[in-house]
Amino acid sequence: MVNVDKLQFGLETFGDIVSAENGDLLTAGQSIRQIVKEGQLADKLGVDVIGVGEHHRPDYSVSSPEVVLGAIASVTQNIKLATAVTVLSSDDPVRVYERFATLEGLSAGRAQIMLGRGSFTESFPLFGYDLTDYDDLFNEKLEMYSQLIKEKPVTWQGKFTQTLKDQDVYPKTDYNGIETYIGIGGSPESIIRTAKYGYKVILAIIGGQADRFVPYLDLYKKAASQFGKPIQPVAVHSHGFIADDEDEAVEVAWKNIKANFDRIGLTRGWAPMSREQFDGETKVGSFYVGNPEHVAQRMARTIKLLELGRFDLVYGAGNQTAAQRERMIELYATKVIPRVKEILSEEG
Amino acid sequence: MAKIKNVGIIGAGKVGIVLAQLALAAGYNVRISGSGSVQKIALTIETLVPGAVSATNQGVVSKSDLIILAIPLSRYKNIKPKLLKDKLVIDAMNYWWETDGIREEVLDPNSTSSEQVQKYFNKSTIVKTFNHMGYHNLQEEARPAGAENRKALFVTGNNKAAVDEVADFVNTMGFDTVVHDDLADGIMTEPGSSLFGASLTKGDLQNVIDHFDETEFGQKVKAGKAN
Repeated sequence: MVNVDKLQFGLETFGDIVSAENGDLLTAGQSIRQIVKEGQLADKLGVDVIGVGEHHRPDYSVSSPEVVLGAIASVTQNIKLATAVTVLSSDDPVRVYERFATLEGLSAGRAQIMLGRGSFTESFPLFGYDLTDYDDLFNEKLEMYSQLIKEKPVTWQGKFTQTLKDQDVYPKTDYNGIETYIGIGGSPESIIRTAKYGYKVILAIIGGQADRFVPYLDLYKKAASQFGKPIQPVAVHSHGFIADDEDEAVEVAWKNIKANFDRIGLTRGWAPMSREQFDGETKVGSFYVGNPEHVAQRMARTIKLLELGRFDLVYGAGNQTAAQRERMIELYATKVIPRVKEILSEEG
Repeated sequence: MAKIKNVGIIGAGKVGIVLAQLALAAGYNVRISGSGSVQKIALTIETLVPGAVSATNQGVVSKSDLIILAIPLSRYKNIKPKLLKDKLVIDAMNYWWETDGIREEVLDPNSTSSEQVQKYFNKSTIVKTFNHMGYHNLQEEARPAGAENRKALFVTGNNKAAVDEVADFVNTMGFDTVVHDDLADGIMTEPGSSLFGASLTKGDLQNVIDHFDETEFGQKVKAGKAN
């Protein structure tokens, strides 16, 4: 069952390059400063979480999300600061701990980490890793991370990582440690692994219907029970775009999400997105696009279906203008979130 | 060949699980194996594909009339050719650099992936299909024969009778088919082609296949640069 009072609503951005009103692209620096401004806006309007992704590509401005989150921390009060995601496989777990413990201190307990294997692969060669070690890298680094966040001296025999002898990591956190999620794209093994560690699940549903994840929820619950870990509400992350007018929302999203997906597809061998695919995604799939009422109805359905504790909408895909991005945040916070809560309360 | 009743799936990842779900829904007996122990995938299978049996590769193959390879291409040589001897085998794999690594380390540059899979499993009959549609599209687009807007899959192989048998199987799984009888034509639906990741009706799929040589990717293949 969904607990409406405890339901969390987040916004996530991958740091797509922002477009000026005349269509010219802003610089990466300007795009980064825009995210800080948006974090401030989301905090002021009561959004629960802002998440920033990590990418190492020309079409995204953020490769070091914690630095951006640190800047947001200094101009906000309540909003939680998350990565979406931290590519642990190509990172150093000690550094990951240090950066998040620092963010935790800066923000007085608002840091949140989402760990993932990464759906992009640029970071692997960039940091000297071999993609064919994809699974082993993540498994080893996750185990190391799980020991480090206990904030006690660690002794560790590494294969892909450094070996530690009774070594400690700093700074220590003042709060209850760093809240940890694992981002999951649909691999059953990842669900079981997350349950084993007792971390929280965030499902990245970036294509197709949310319904196909219903059995995954069951898998998570069974696995958590088997490992004797608490069953925690699951979170979902999906793309969206909201505008006052339904048609405007659909057209802006079609242009931008398509451009974004096609650019990625080009390097991965996917065929370009068809209008039929896009329309399917916005009607019954994983794009939450439309006016506030439409988006609220669809989000409420998914939240109920997967008994969610949190829904994060990914905003800014493609090259949207600052005005489009900010208006979307306003509508999400002031219209969509209250309406989703209302729908869920009415339905009981 | 006897009618297919038992379907064996090697690979319990996203594609393998979706194909197991479709096969079960189509009324087949389904056995599936993963890369680890049977116990490792048991919970996943009993939860996501209740009714399917988790087994070892050996257990999957010995009791199945049709085998589907749904593992990363870079791992097909982990299976001994002898295991699949005399079997009808669907190759649902593609070379995908993000999972498989550098192509030269996985494949000979002079032929397509399925031809090499056939060469390796030289006593098996390989038919390529289920490789070009996204796994969630496979799950969501499966429809009964004759349904409106039913999507189609490309089926190709060197053995015409085997191709026809697999095409019938694909039909029971929920898709129309466009059929060729040359395994090398599998390249038409590999990553980089305009069909990889696309979900098209039979008419649209046929149209793209018929005009493959005119596509940018088709030109590259012709020039021998896409392999």
